[in-house]
Amino acid sequence: MESNQNTYTISIYTENNIGLLNRISAIFQRRHINIESLNTSISEIEDVSRFTIVVKLEEDRIKKIVGQIEKQVEVIKAYYHTDEETIYQESCMFKLKSDLLFEEREIQNIIKESNARIVTVNKEFFVLEKSGKRNEIEQLYRDFSVYGIMQFVRSGRIAVTKEEMKISQMLTAFN
Amino acid sequence: MDIETVKTTDVATAKTVRISGSEAIIKCMIAEGVETLYGYPGGAIMPVYDELYKYRDQIHHVLTRHEQGAAHAAQGYARISGKVGVALATSGPGATNLITGIADAQIDSTPLVCITGQVASHLLGSDAFQETDIVGISTPVTKWNVQITKAADIPEVMAKAFYIAKSGRPGPVLVDITKDAQFEEFDFSYKKCTSVRSYKASCKPNIEAIQKAANLINGAKKPMIVWGQGVILGKAEAELKAVIEKAGIPSAWTILGASAIPTEHPLNIGMVGMHGNYAPNMLTNECDVLIAIGMRFDDRVTGNLSTYAKQAKVIHFEIDPAEIDKNVKTDVAVLGDSKLSLAELLPFLNETSHNEWHQKFKDLYAIEFEKVIKDDLHPTKEGLTMGEVINQINVQSKGDAAIVSDVGQHQMIACRYAKFNKTKSNITSGGLGTMGFGLPAAIGAKMAAPERDVVVIIGDGGFQMNIQELGTIFQQKVPVKIVVLNNEFLGMVRQWQQLFFDKRYASTEMTNPDFVTIAKGYYIAAKKITKREELAGAIEEMMTHEGAYFLEVCVEKEDNVFPMIPTGASVSDIRLS
Ligand SMILES: Cc1ncc(C[n+]2csc(CCOP(=O)(O)OP(=O)(O)O)c2C)c(N)n1
Repeated sequence: MESNQNTYTISIYTENNIGLLNRISAIFQRRHINIESLNTSISEIEDVSRFTIVVKLEEDRIKKIVGQIEKQVEVIKAYYHTDEETIYQESCMFKLKSDLLFEEREIQNIIKESNARIVTVNKEFFVLEKSGKRNEIEQLYRDFSVYGIMQFVRSGRIAVTKEEMKISQMLTAFN
Repeated sequence: MDIETVKTTDVATAKTVRISGSEAIIKCMIAEGVETLYGYPGGAIMPVYDELYKYRDQIHHVLTRHEQGAAHAAQGYARISGKVGVALATSGPGATNLITGIADAQIDSTPLVCITGQVASHLLGSDAFQETDIVGISTPVTKWNVQITKAADIPEVMAKAFYIAKSGRPGPVLVDITKDAQFEEFDFSYKKCTSVRSYKASCKPNIEAIQKAANLINGAKKPMIVWGQGVILGKAEAELKAVIEKAGIPSAWTILGASAIPTEHPLNIGMVGMHGNYAPNMLTNECDVLIAIGMRFDDRVTGNLSTYAKQAKVIHFEIDPAEIDKNVKTDVAVLGDSKLSLAELLPFLNETSHNEWHQKFKDLYAIEFEKVIKDDLHPTKEGLTMGEVINQINVQSKGDAAIVSDVGQHQMIACRYAKFNKTKSNITSGGLGTMGFGLPAAIGAKMAAPERDVVVIIGDGGFQMNIQELGTIFQQKVPVKIVVLNNEFLGMVRQWQQLFFDKRYASTEMTNPDFVTIAKGYYIAAKKITKREELAGAIEEMMTHEGAYFLEVCVEKEDNVFPMIPTGASVSDIRLS
């Protein structure tokens, strides 16, 4: 079963109403589907929110899930895409001891090579931010682990599709 | 609430008046044509009840004896009338008591609007007295739900609630309203909702799909229709009949599709599913084109999916896009309202008769008649059978009664053997299988269709699940006919224990009270019979009695319902004994 699973990014355009996250997550919960990551934000359309959800599933199941999501009254449109069809990123932050920045030459190289960005520095710690693919972030994590990480956090995936999503047309048709 | 997302039309109350939120709720209901609602008062909904008192000439509130009864009564009302059923409850326990009825309405696509009171908005989330997160609790079992904390939101939310409950694939909507919003005054005006931008009720049938479907049907040698409740909800009975007759297609029904086409229609071949008829189940795995109309391939209908109708091309007429390919892969999907789709299909169909194919159904029916039906309807052994009781009701009502049933063996027997001349005559809990549904649902059904005979068939188990609604029947003078088929067992479970658990009758035997005395205690005319000779007379007395009537029939204790498809088996592995 596992072998037919693929990573899919689900993009859901919704009304910006309270309680919708509950409705959408319940669809996954009922079917015992683990959400790999979830992000909600505004979208390119005024008053319309966007959920970006990453799951690993078989294609026929993802189709059904998206059907169930679209069925929710406050969902305007839902899509699913493979990794190849999207441009996607995650973002992360590392909090590290300030001494490292000044005393370990190697740390500066890592920061440069990884295109990580220093967000803030003070006497005790400094904070790095890095956006990219999961494996780049994981590599950075491994590199810093050797020196000790004070705090680490990673965001859910955000993604845009290569193809156009015809959502705006749908909404103008309503008016 | 976001005004731009909803399209509305003006109704009578377009001018604004300054009123309270609770009065607004009533005015919205009146504008939506609500005449009867079912409920139970309590602290958090008292302002609305106070207004109901003021409007008691315009809107009839029925006090049930339990909120579950209110929800089921509203369901019965909705199912027989095709209108939205309304239930009202207070916060906390009142609201949670509605949940079973809401879940039942969700899975059986019944339009309901449930209004619950909620603690004042400044107390939300504080574990206040009788506070529960009913929006959270009801989320997975509602088509839509919402909480109102400001009176000004009431008209738009109520309009949206009624529109969503009844349009597209109908379902239950819950509106939770805080007590302060009920008291708050605002400038009221009401506009009916006609569309919501994020919600597509239905779509126009796609003509290419219809033509494809017609081609498949015209080319079929062994076509078979299975219709479901979508036909009734879509008011497509006449269109279905025209299709069936023109194309000469043997047609079967799911439990909730029952009565859409009269029982006696020559192309009506009976019920599919676990306790359905032998022929349609067997021949599902032989037909070459299976035409599913307004049904969702429930597992009680399909049995084992991996062997279900594998040889057939499948055409699915369906209003809910999420149902397409959910359980059974289709070759042609026709999305949209069944009334429109079937009307569009008709002119493309060839006139055919499929006599030889139809003969196969008749032959298998003869086998089922010999092995099962004969003994159910015309038994020769001593004990009364459930089947002969239903048969006697058919005789007395001439097939014109609406039959409400509870859940268990008696339900399967009622659905198998009740004769239906008219549509919307079979009211039962199909998807959830809720014991306790029958008695309150019968109240709603009879109140919505007072001109019809409403007979409710209940087991001794299910009767005791909402027995308190006898009080509602008495107080409201609802002339329903109540038949309890008493086998002193939770019969359906006992049947499974007999067949699959070595007859270990764990906790299924029931020692029952004197039901007749209880009914009489509620001032309901009542009788108990134990012998065949008494049956016809008792049913006649019941049917001709002016008011409500309670009849207890002591039936054979360990009868079983056959045919039967054991769980997980293929539909063509259907057992006759
Ligand atoms: C609320 C609820 N609880 C449990 C069940 C499981 N159940 C299904 S049928 C049945 C037995 C019903 O017994 P009875 O009402 O006496 O009817 P009979 O089967 O004997 O006709 C039970 C317990 C159910 N369907 N609903």
